[in-house]
Amino acid sequence: MRAQKPTQSDTGPGVPVPTPEVPEAPEVPEGTRAVLDGNEINRALTRIAHEVLERTKGGEHVTLLGIPSRGVPLAQRLARRIERVEDLSVPVGSLDITMYRDDLHLAPARALGRTEIPTGGLDDRVVVLVDDVLFSGRTVRAALDALGDLGRPRAVQLAVLVDRGHRELPIRADYVGKNLPTSLREGVTVRLDETDGQDAVLLGPSKARPSPSTALNRGLRPSSSSHPGTTETEGDDA
Amino acid sequence: MRHLLSTGDLSRDEATLILDTAAELAQVGDRSVKKLPTLRGRTVVNLFYEDSTRTRTSFELAAKRLSADVINFSAKGSSVSKGESLKDTALTLQAMGADAVVIRHSASGAAHRLANWVDGSVLNAGDGTHEHPTQALLDAYTMRDRLGRLEGLRVAVVGDILHSRVARSNVLLLTTLGAHVTLVAPPTLLPVSVHTWSCEVSYDLDEVLPKSDVVMMLRVQAERMRDSFFPSVREYSRNYGLDGERLGKMPSEAIVMHPGPMVRGMEISAEVADSPRCTVTEQVTNGVSLRMAVLYLLLGGS
Repeated sequence: MRAQKPTQSDTGPGVPVPTPEVPEAPEVPEGTRAVLDGNEINRALTRIAHEVLERTKGGEHVTLLGIPSRGVPLAQRLARRIERVEDLSVPVGSLDITMYRDDLHLAPARALGRTEIPTGGLDDRVVVLVDDVLFSGRTVRAALDALGDLGRPRAVQLAVLVDRGHRELPIRADYVGKNLPTSLREGVTVRLDETDGQDAVLLGPSKARPSPSTALNRGLRPSSSSHPGTTETEGDDA
Repeated sequence: MRHLLSTGDLSRDEATLILDTAAELAQVGDRSVKKLPTLRGRTVVNLFYEDSTRTRTSFELAAKRLSADVINFSAKGSSVSKGESLKDTALTLQAMGADAVVIRHSASGAAHRLANWVDGSVLNAGDGTHEHPTQALLDAYTMRDRLGRLEGLRVAVVGDILHSRVARSNVLLLTTLGAHVTLVAPPTLLPVSVHTWSCEVSYDLDEVLPKSDVVMMLRVQAERMRDSFFPSVREYSRNYGLDGERLGKMPSEAIVMHPGPMVRGMEISAEVADSPRCTVTEQVTNGVSLRMAVLYLLLGGS
């Protein structure tokens, strides 16, 4: 449909560029390429919804908590799919982890996201944390700390749309939409219809750092999406 | 934003950010663990040269909920009573590594002076008859919380405007946020320069009440008065006190606010003070969240 698709070869003549076969290429900013389109995101979420039901034996005690900003719509989408499959209404909430970050002192104070704990609380629930990109694992560590102050879940699990590797903490995801091996020089951006008007996972060069002092610790971080720290664009919005 | 000295320094976006942050932090008060780890390892000094219960405990609680270490320092029982100057006291606290100093002082401008002497953040908790920014912010928060908006709200501030730092901070902040303020007081209790303020002035409370969404009553600050500003307490109360009858003249949705401490029977009758339309205790609750927001925004980042 889009004229750029067939002219892929002119990005690197002679170098075979491994392009995923995307049926409907989303609009992609220059220098980045789509690794997942809307349909693929939907399929991944449907599979995760089934996996959650399977692993939690019907999902009776499950509470989904999205990590702002893009984990929240993902959690809501998962809940809708679970309801469709099992006719089970799963409590959905959001958990902002800004106040628990370990890199607060590296940037100006950030605006807070919403925290909404579903009525009934988290005690004795199987909490599934939902985020868009799993990278260093520091966001998840902060989320685990935050959970400890909010209640005592029976178990905590982690669902992510993209796992891009480069963990800095001993954390792994229970449900992964797509494993995406990346270089540290690359950035992963998740776009969702609810927040960005379009569904896509984009891979491109890592965004320029806001300042050299923050680059020390955050310099290796990509422009992923969900939380103000892993993405510079979002940190600026905040 | 490094210090919070005056609400006049705040842009509309900054003020809104503070209110939004406070709204998120208000949830912490309802949790089983009422604490966040955000300011772990930071030190906040409460430097109070004037008596205060509400503001000092509110700042202390806010800092503790963010896991900061708090040192309370009051002029009584310190080297100040031996003649130490504000500057020397400040430098002493600085040498001890204070990240923020919350100061209340009877002299207008004390917080500004302090901001030039110390490296950390300075939060003005009331300087003389000048400003009290966190009070104005928590008032704005309470109005937005109760009435859903600030833009276009009609706010009447009634009473001892002359000696009130709350009135000045509120006029500056509420104007920035799009509300319309009317000051109501006897001519003797209005500052000489009141015509330069961005607000209306009236001497007639009964005329203003029906046109107000918020009526903020101020205490007559007898401790700051060196002259007589009105003939008698009784006359003041008749003309400028809010009683049940006057409450009935206000629009049915309108709220009554008071920064405290209230003097029942003077500026506000017991009937009004205890009515559900009076937000005095809400203001105290909101004050903690609001001060958490300010401490977080000043100290939480780089």
